[in-house]
Amino acid sequence: MIECLNLTKQFGHFTAVDDLTFTAQKGQVLGFLGPNGAGKSTTMKMITGFLEPTSGSIKVCGTDVLEAPLLCKQKIGYLPEGAPSYGEMEVGAFLYFITSMRGIPSNQQKAAVDFVIDRVNLANVFYQRIETLSKGFKRRVGLAQAIIHDPEVLIMDEPTDGLDPNQKHQVRELITDMSKEKTIVLSTHILEEVQAVCDRAIIIAGGQLVADNTPGEMEKMSSYNHAVTFVSNLNTALLNEIKELDFVRDVTYDSRLKETTVFPSQGLYIFDEVSTFLKNKSVSVDSLKMEAGRLDEVFRNITQDSKEREVVK
Amino acid sequence: MSTVKAIVKRELRSYFATPIAYVFIVIFLIMSGVFAFYLGNLYERGQADLLPFFNFHPWLYLFLVPAVAMRLWSEERNSGNIELLMTLPVKKVDWVIGKFLAAWLFIALALVLTFPMVISINYLGDPDNGLIIASYFGSLLLAGGFLAIGSCISAATKNQVIAFILTVVICFLFLLAGFPLVLNFFKMFVPQMIVDAVASTSFLTHFESITKGVLDLGDICYFAMMIAIWLYATRIVIDMKKGN
Repeated sequence: MIECLNLTKQFGHFTAVDDLTFTAQKGQVLGFLGPNGAGKSTTMKMITGFLEPTSGSIKVCGTDVLEAPLLCKQKIGYLPEGAPSYGEMEVGAFLYFITSMRGIPSNQQKAAVDFVIDRVNLANVFYQRIETLSKGFKRRVGLAQAIIHDPEVLIMDEPTDGLDPNQKHQVRELITDMSKEKTIVLSTHILEEVQAVCDRAIIIAGGQLVADNTPGEMEKMSSYNHAVTFVSNLNTALLNEIKELDFVRDVTYDSRLKETTVFPSQGLYIFDEVSTFLKNKSVSVDSLKMEAGRLDEVFRNITQDSKEREVVK
Repeated sequence: MSTVKAIVKRELRSYFATPIAYVFIVIFLIMSGVFAFYLGNLYERGQADLLPFFNFHPWLYLFLVPAVAMRLWSEERNSGNIELLMTLPVKKVDWVIGKFLAAWLFIALALVLTFPMVISINYLGDPDNGLIIASYFGSLLLAGGFLAIGSCISAATKNQVIAFILTVVICFLFLLAGFPLVLNFFKMFVPQMIVDAVASTSFLTHFESITKGVLDLGDICYFAMMIAIWLYATRIVIDMKKGN
């Protein structure tokens, strides 16, 4: 469990993190979302004890990070941005080095290394130098060192950044696997990732917390929530006709994708109405679906709103 | 303690995993030989001692030690590795000491590999081997002093070239602190007391008194203090600079 209270970090006159308060519960995957430079990495660096906060407090599993930094670091597994490691070392030697730095007794080191090697599939590159590995493997080495001591808290800065779709899938599966008995915090700017792995998401913009909710609830904040989208060749007359229907608030048409989106008035379910209407007009439709909402739209609205709010203040 | 040991082991291994170690050792051995025989006239002097060999060590170290020290911290910061190191449950001072000890042991190894010098001089004549051992000891302390300075400068910059040049300059100043060149400069605007204090910080005077066979506790303490102060400074600089 991680508790951050009124966390603030200033670099000179620049405020990177501004009065951030949140809690990450055990058994939960918490996603940090936000535009670049929003303060996601800075917050993580403070939780892991790399940077000291200007003000505010952080508790990891009930222990204050500033009062007992080593004890907290023992409980945390951390994958820094870009998964740094010693390039000239072999994968196996590097992991053994981490076990000694983590104070794992020498008779348990082999078991710990074997466990993570198996967990993140590194057996084939055990004797390979890290600098010769591909990006995906390097990231996995970073993950392996982060979970080698079976930490209570796992913090990952953009764990899937730069990975191909297969590797992303593997990493996400690993995260979901581990989520039950750990507190996991990860930062990302890939919104599909939030839907795929996170139980809760926090959106940070300009160092401030602007939203804290489940991905599902966030989707409901979208204007696309319950909207109906279909792909078909439509003419303008028909579009106007849909717009005139009394359960429709608005209609948009994407001419490149031939995609029409019908927005309902005030939380109505209009899927049946729209499909009946299209059937009556005998329009041939390639696909028809009801939207849950679009996170990217919510994300844009929230993070850009906050900038406007700043100006008003 | 066990973490320091693990750090030393890892660092030493990484020296030998890259060409750094071999290049350094070969150059050190060749240069120390060249200096002793051609510039120091080891044979022509007709004396059974290694004074010409040790006399050039300060100047050899002036360029070779900063080359070892420059990568100690700036490389870690450059690669982003510092974030990994500083979030492991290990005290910062362990890292500072571990990295320093590894580099020092490495230089010690290069120094040990000059043993053919000792064998030759013993074959040729009847040298004072006690003096030779004391001189080796002094030489190692001198290298440690340079290395501690280099460690601190390396922590202050991400750029290894800047770290190298600054370390050479600062080591050069400490080396020359006892020379008129530096002292006259200070005499212009500070009282004699401070000039004397500056003179007493000279690496060269302390090193030379050891190689002359006077193994004074003061000289040893001087180097030990120097190393401790600069390593302490390294730890402070790391704290200040790790975030940028």
